[in-house]
Amino acid sequence: MIDKEQVMRIAKLARLELKEEEIAKYQQDLSEILDYFDTLKKVSANDVEPMIHSATQENIVRDDVGRKENPVIISRMMRLVFSIKDGFVKVKTILTSK
Amino acid sequence: MNVTELTIEGVQKGLIAKEFSAVELTENALLNVAKQEPSLHAFLTITKELAMAAAKATDERIAKGEKLLPLSGIPCSLKDAILVEEVRCTAGSRMLDNYIAPYDAFVTEKIKEAGAVIIGKTNMDEFGMGASTENSSFGATKNPHNLERVPGGSSGGSAASVAAGEVILSLGEDTGGSIRQPASFCGVVGLKPTYGAVSRAGIIALASSLDQVGPFARTTKDAQILFETISKRDLRDATSVDIKKKKKEVGVKELRIGVPKEYFGKGLDSGVSKLIKDTIGKFESAGAKIVEIELPHTQYALAAYYILNTSEASANLARYDGIRYGFHQEASDLLGEYLSSRSEGFGPEVKRRIMLGTYALSEGYYDAYYVKAQKIRSLLKQDFESAFNKVDVIMGPTSPVLPFLLGEKTSNPLKMYLVDTYTVPLNLVGLPGISLVAGKIDNLPVGLQVIAPSFEEDLLFSIGKTLESLQ
Repeated sequence: MIDKEQVMRIAKLARLELKEEEIAKYQQDLSEILDYFDTLKKVSANDVEPMIHSATQENIVRDDVGRKENPVIISRMMRLVFSIKDGFVKVKTILTSK
Repeated sequence: MNVTELTIEGVQKGLIAKEFSAVELTENALLNVAKQEPSLHAFLTITKELAMAAAKATDERIAKGEKLLPLSGIPCSLKDAILVEEVRCTAGSRMLDNYIAPYDAFVTEKIKEAGAVIIGKTNMDEFGMGASTENSSFGATKNPHNLERVPGGSSGGSAASVAAGEVILSLGEDTGGSIRQPASFCGVVGLKPTYGAVSRAGIIALASSLDQVGPFARTTKDAQILFETISKRDLRDATSVDIKKKKKEVGVKELRIGVPKEYFGKGLDSGVSKLIKDTIGKFESAGAKIVEIELPHTQYALAAYYILNTSEASANLARYDGIRYGFHQEASDLLGEYLSSRSEGFGPEVKRRIMLGTYALSEGYYDAYYVKAQKIRSLLKQDFESAFNKVDVIMGPTSPVLPFLLGEKTSNPLKMYLVDTYTVPLNLVGLPGISLVAGKIDNLPVGLQVIAPSFEEDLLFSIGKTLESLQ
C-alpha cells in the first residue's frame, strides 16, 4: 500500500493537482494496480535483454537541409494558442521573487 | 440503398449502374446517422460538408466516365484520435474539446485520395484509455446489439458505427486491443496491423511503441481494401516500413492452427470458450490441422503491458500544458496554469495512468517496473517465435467476456484492465491480429482472434474469408 504522501509526490511530478477525495481514491487504486504489477517479480529475467520496441530496426536518413513548414499550417497551429504577443506564445510569470 | 446492407463492392456496383448517386447515398447515410445517434452515440462530430464534397466528386467522376477509386463513394468514420484537417479532434477528452486539427493524418490523406466519404469522427475512451468508451468525456457509446451494454473500447464509436450500418468502414486505433475488442463486442471485423505497417503521423499518441491504426468493416474483404489503402511507407513516421510482401499462400487444407492453452484458462467465460472452440473446429473440419501450443509468459503480459502503456502515456501526455493548445485554466503563475489546466482537463482514468507511469519511471522504481516489463516483452517475443516455428497462425478468443453492462466495471479499474488479457500480447511484440465474427451468445457477438507472424496480414484476410464461407 502506498501512502498519501507518495500519491501527492507522484501527482506533483506529473503536474497534477488532486482534491482530497481524489487522493484517497487514487491511493487505493494505485496500490491495487501496483500490487498487480508485482506479479512480475515471480519471473526471473536477469539475463534477458529488455525489448524497447517492436519496430523494424532501420535507420531513416534525409539530407541535412532545413525544412520550412507550410505557413497555412503554422497559422492554424497559432490559432490554437491561448495567449500570443507579437507572434510569440505568451506565458505567465515563471519565477516569482518571494 | 440502405448503407446497412452494403459492402464496398455493392456500393460501387450500384453507383456504376446508376441505381443511386453518391450524393443520394451520402444524404441517406447522414439521415440514418441522425436517426440512430440519439440512442447510439457513436459520433462526436459529423462532417457533413466534407462528406457531401467527396460524394459530389465521386458523382463527377462517374459522369466523366472515369474509373472509380478504391473507396469512391464509401461512407467512412474515423476514431477521434485521427486528425482530419480543419475538423475538431478531441481524443474523447475535455482537454481537446476545442482542438481543430491543423492538418490531415497520413491515413486520412490516404482515404481522401482513395475517394472515401468521411461522415464523421467517432467516440472513444479518453486518449484511448479504456475498454468500453465509458471513459469518454462526452458520454459512452452503446452497443448496437443491446443498448444497455458497452460497445467495447477504446475505439467503441468506430465499431458501433460500422455494426449499426451508419457507415461501411471505420478507422480505429489499437494500443492494447482497442480495435479488436470492440470489433468482437459489436460483431464486426477489426484488424490491428503489424507495428510499422501503418504510419502513426497525425494520430494523437497514447503509447508510441504500441499504437497502430487499423480498419473496421463488416466483411473481411472490405477490411482488406481499407488496410491496403492506408498501409504505405510514410517518411513522417520513422517506424513506418515499406511492406515487403511475404507471398505466403496457405490453403485451409495445409493450414496449421496453433491453439494456446493459456488463452482458454481462468477468467474465460464458458460460453465464449465453447463457441470459439466450435469455430476453430470448423477450420479443422475443412482440413486444417489443430496444434496445441504453449505461450508460457502470457500470464505476465497484462502487467508488463500496463507498465509500458502508462509509462509511455505519462511521457506523451506531458505535452498537454494548457499553453499551446487544449484546455486552459487561468492561474497566477505558469506552474499554476499547468496544474490547473491538466487537473481540470483530464478525466480520472487519464490521471490514474499518468500517475502510474510517472511512478514506474521514477527514481528507484525504474528497474523494477519499466525495465522488467521490457524484459517480459522479450520473453513474450520468444514465446511467439517458437510457436510460429510449429504453426502458421494462432487462434483464440478476442475477449474473455461478452459485452458487459454499462457501468458494470467502471468502479474498479483493474477489473477493466483484465478484459485486455488476450489482446495486449500482440501490441507488446508488434504482431498483427484480426478479430473475426465467430457467432453470438444470447444475441451478443463473440469474436475469434487470429494472430499471424509480422507482415502476414494477407494470411489473416484469407482466413477471414474462409471463415465467412464456412459460417
